[in-house]
Amino acid sequence: MLHPIPHERGPESPVVELRTLTAGYGGQPVLRDISLSILPGDFVGLLGPSGSGKTTLLRTVLGAVDIYAGDVLVDGVSVRRRRPRTGYVPQLETIDWNFPATVEEVVMMGRTADSPLLPWFRPRDRQLAREIMERLGILGLAQRHIRKLSGGQQQRVFLARALASSPRLLLLDEPTAGVDIKTRDDVLHLLHDLNHQGVTILMTTHEINAVAAHLPWVVCLNGRIVAEGPPAAVFTPETLQATYGAEMHVTQYEGMTMVAEAPHLYGRRERRGVPEGADGER
Amino acid sequence: MFEPFQYEFFVRGLVAATLVGGLCGLLGVYIVLRRMAYIGHGLSHAVFGGAVVSYVMALNFYIGASVWGFLSAVLITLTTRKQKIGADAAIGIVTTASFALGVALISRYKTFTRNFDAALFGNILGVTQGDMAAIIGVTAVVGVVFFVGYKYFLFNTFDSEVARFYGLPTGWVDTLFSLVLAATIVVSMQVLGVTLIAAAIVIPPVVARLLTDSFRSMVALSTALGASCGLAGIYLSYYLDISSGASVVLVAAALFIVVLALTSLRRGRRPGVGALASREHSAPGA
Repeated sequence: MLHPIPHERGPESPVVELRTLTAGYGGQPVLRDISLSILPGDFVGLLGPSGSGKTTLLRTVLGAVDIYAGDVLVDGVSVRRRRPRTGYVPQLETIDWNFPATVEEVVMMGRTADSPLLPWFRPRDRQLAREIMERLGILGLAQRHIRKLSGGQQQRVFLARALASSPRLLLLDEPTAGVDIKTRDDVLHLLHDLNHQGVTILMTTHEINAVAAHLPWVVCLNGRIVAEGPPAAVFTPETLQATYGAEMHVTQYEGMTMVAEAPHLYGRRERRGVPEGADGER
Repeated sequence: MFEPFQYEFFVRGLVAATLVGGLCGLLGVYIVLRRMAYIGHGLSHAVFGGAVVSYVMALNFYIGASVWGFLSAVLITLTTRKQKIGADAAIGIVTTASFALGVALISRYKTFTRNFDAALFGNILGVTQGDMAAIIGVTAVVGVVFFVGYKYFLFNTFDSEVARFYGLPTGWVDTLFSLVLAATIVVSMQVLGVTLIAAAIVIPPVVARLLTDSFRSMVALSTALGASCGLAGIYLSYYLDISSGASVVLVAAALFIVVLALTSLRRGRRPGVGALASREHSAPGA
């Protein structure tokens, strides 16, 4: 199990800063009046239901969303002026798995922009990629086609590609979606390790207990920022109601804050008085 | 067996078809993987329109047709950036309109001396020294572009949006690709014909994809297969006395059928072996 680590906010200048941002696509705002600062070394989870703008917020940092008001700064520079270089890990479901690419070919893509104009990579680029693959446990799969991998391995391949670009900021879109429980915990451990080594991480997730509760800092999103802070502070029935529009119960389990959907009690409102613990188990 | 080689026109046609076949095979990899297989068919029709226009306006065929083809390709790329319009629809609109313009002009100016049958179906006998120079020039330029930009084209083809996030100038990469594609189609017209270019672009990469899972190998294989089909197709067309473009395409199609049969057979004989093996290997690392 992962445990929340103390979240320290120093006086450093933020890596990412959203200033009263309103942004969206084709004239339609998806995010309204968002203000958010991410400092060096932060590990932030964006939590919210489908359509709450998690992915859109991630993409605003990449400069891929239309800005209608406010601004997005990465390392102090507006993304409208300079497209930032970050390590981006897309959702696995957006990948074309029939594309003829081996694990190594995908990981090396992360070095492309920093390589000279030749069909091959420099030895030091290859060495860096091999070290990253080794660390993520996929070096033995280097020549394997990307479809012939488990979900966890596929996630590692795209994480390796992001790390190969030597990013200070890592952006991940639902890195735990569609993988089994063990893989999910492995991925989270890996991200925590990277974070402890100084990589700033911003990721989206829709899993409250399995993922968000283990992160040091959570931003609850629903078109706007509902709340942000350590999970223990932001996971309140009021916040969750505002985020998900559904009634949820919050309980403590071995020092962790856990959230449960309220049991459906349509037409049986008199049973609302059941003890808290009973709601915590699903 | 070596009888046709005494004719200069035959040797010239053979070299032209080999180079053009290789070019189409190389570009085809990127086109097929981006699911724009129809663009070859569409652009060749668009270029036909450009060819007629440049004839009517008394411009150089190569310059007029290339500019026209390039603009069509850029127009298609721009149209597909609008998320509501798919690439297939964009190709259909832009290129058919362009082809229609060519047809309209031909029917209006009935005094054409140029043989547009050759443009439609390909005529290897009509490859002049000027055509030959154009083919060699385009081959050299395309070769340099793909040598230098190999990694960029790979990432941009795999996932253009993410490539942009990783700092690649994807707009320039797309524009450069449109340029070399237009040039390739213009020089291929004489050999393969407007109506048959599509197959020369699509079949070699599809066959190569059946044979390999690696991008690098696919690029090499597809180029080699395209060139071989061009060579074999022209050689056969001499003996069978059939149209050069049709011959090249039929050789490629036959190759596709053979490879498809062989790869299906191989999979059929060892049912599930591939799937089992990958699951076994995946367990420890997961």
